[in-house]
Amino acid sequence: MAVREAEPLGSLREVKEAGLDREDLLGIYRNLLITRGVEERGHILYRQGKIPGSFYTGRGNEASAVGVATAMGPDDVGTPLHRDMGVHVTRGVEPWRIFAQYMGRADGPTKGKDGNVHMADSKLGLLAMVSHLPAMLPVAVGCALAFRIRQEPRVAVGWFGEGAAARGDAHEAMNLAGVRRLPVVFICDNNQWAYSTPTHLEYPIEHLADRAAAYGFDGVVVDGTDVLAVYREAKRAIEKAREGGGPTLVECQTLRMEGHAVHDDAFYVPKELFERWAERDPLERFRSWLRENAELSDDEEEEIAGGVKRLLNEAIRRADESPLPDPASLLEGVYATPEDLDTPHHK
Amino acid sequence: MAEKTYLQAISDGLREEMRRDERVFVIGEDVGVYGGAFKVTLGFQEEFGHWRVIDAPLSETAIVGGATGAAIMGMRPVAEMQFADFVSCAWDHLVTVAAKQRWRAGTPVPIVVRLPSGGGFSGGPFHSQNPESWFAHVPGLKCVCPATPEDAKGLLISAIQDPNPVLYFEHKHLYRRIKAEVPDERYTTPLGKARTHLEGDDVTVVTWGAMVYTAEEASRELDGDGVSVEIVDLRTVLPWDKAAVLESVRKTSKVLVLHEDTRTGGFGAEIAATIAEEAFEDLDAPVKRIAAPDSPVPFSPPLEKAFIPQVDDVVQGLRELAEY
Ligand SMILES: Cc1ncc(C[n+]2csc(CCOP(=O)(O)OP(=O)(O)O)c2C)c(N)n1
Ligand SMILES: [Mg+2]
Repeated sequence: MAVREAEPLGSLREVKEAGLDREDLLGIYRNLLITRGVEERGHILYRQGKIPGSFYTGRGNEASAVGVATAMGPDDVGTPLHRDMGVHVTRGVEPWRIFAQYMGRADGPTKGKDGNVHMADSKLGLLAMVSHLPAMLPVAVGCALAFRIRQEPRVAVGWFGEGAAARGDAHEAMNLAGVRRLPVVFICDNNQWAYSTPTHLEYPIEHLADRAAAYGFDGVVVDGTDVLAVYREAKRAIEKAREGGGPTLVECQTLRMEGHAVHDDAFYVPKELFERWAERDPLERFRSWLRENAELSDDEEEEIAGGVKRLLNEAIRRADESPLPDPASLLEGVYATPEDLDTPHHK
Repeated sequence: MAEKTYLQAISDGLREEMRRDERVFVIGEDVGVYGGAFKVTLGFQEEFGHWRVIDAPLSETAIVGGATGAAIMGMRPVAEMQFADFVSCAWDHLVTVAAKQRWRAGTPVPIVVRLPSGGGFSGGPFHSQNPESWFAHVPGLKCVCPATPEDAKGLLISAIQDPNPVLYFEHKHLYRRIKAEVPDERYTTPLGKARTHLEGDDVTVVTWGAMVYTAEEASRELDGDGVSVEIVDLRTVLPWDKAAVLESVRKTSKVLVLHEDTRTGGFGAEIAATIAEEAFEDLDAPVKRIAAPDSPVPFSPPLEKAFIPQVDDVVQGLRELAEY
């Protein structure tokens, strides 16, 4: 079909042209490590019984999340999902608050009212996801509508999984965005599985991005384990939207490298598939690229990894010090007050 | 002051807010060129342009979800459902997203969804419902059900100003039938404050929306019996004015709860239960409910008449209470 398949990014020079200097690249690497580290540490805390409820990770999707978030402008907004920890990390959410959220503590972004990745810092331009997928897509389109009405050069980014793409919300969101050429970019985290359901039972076409044509905008498929390729495609799409060129559907192809959540051993995923995709681990890929193309030294590598380790240790310590929420806070904020409208977006 | 229909009052309130506050915009099906299925937004697109009076595709999910996103970005959307019945297609965006976002994520969602609701003209099962009770069960939402032109304007302006998601149920049977004086200036009518439609001493009717007028007609028939009826118009069912209801019940000691929606699990049950809990000692008769029977809304006139509570039903209920 007509959808474009993105080229990988090659040399340091090409990357510079795409807008990233060496500092940015090291920052991306660091964000990738933090993203994976937060989820690995979270998993340990979960097994230690410190995290109630369930636990989800985005292992395998780190490059896709970090790549897109790196391409967003400071005033852009987004609605990341349960595989997109990298978006929160890249936008600057402090890891200790993420751990506090995981553990249901009073200092988590939702103050214990919601769990796992159901959180966001609105000051960083992120909106907290709901469980119902992909209900945040129409909301992202609404953000873009506000930008369009006010003629602001801002873009909204909406994420969805290839499974949730089967729901009507995805259709209504993309159709409205297409009809009104709104400044929104749709990112499909295509990790090949929706819980235990494979892609051919979710959609009958080759690429999900093929659907873009039906809504009158462009679709592109990108290797979601290549952080630089994701960055470049997201950047193109975001800048196009900003300039009035309308939406783009960017499909990031990955494999969900663990079960749907920690209770699921993913017995239904062929072992060879895991083996094949393990060779394309997004962190390892980018690390080798940095060594080959950007002269990443052993010392630098150690310094970054050590820094991330210290950050996470400190984050867990601080989160663990945060109190459990006061039961009396249950009824707080069911209704907003006029003062609540003094948020960054409500002017 | 000028005499206005209920529909004109809604239209005026909305237009005035759009003139006053450029964050307010309208989105819905056929709201632009056509002026909305009931013409509430007639002429709006000429005045405010295509980007403030937005003709949406047939997409209730995207209309309400989109309104939510725009509201979080600082706008004050007023979304129109062509008929209240179609709000079921936007359920998730009200109940799952908008209602819970402030509580869990600290992000207020100041949207208004206008819902032309109610029966009385053979709209059938899908163009006649009164779905306020569905939503009155959802913490985080507000449900407004004006009965008079004056309230229709004042409550709409309050709804637009309110920092929460507000469902504004406008009863279709009142649109052109009900006319009354409406102040010309801008004013707000607080959400959660009931209004005494009629003062009386012997029996209280607690109701809202079009049933206010059914109760009023019934009360006139009881004049001859020497029974004086008090009618409390709730105006909003979420939040609802418990204090005003209890005060009236304490005065009359007899109460009829009346609504056009079906009986089981209808909002009247909540009111009756609250009266039983908090004013049991003041009652001289069991709380009575009159509501539609538990069926979908029918199409054919005799069936619809059997469905919607009629003046005669209310007269009979009031007599039973008076004689108890
Ligand atoms: C509307 C809805 N139905 C069911 C679920 C339960 N559920 C959670 S995640 C999931 C699979 C989602 O698959 P996909 O969209 O591909 O995202 P992924 O989890 O693979 O990233 C399901 C069925 C849900 N969250 N929302
Ligand atoms: Mg998936």
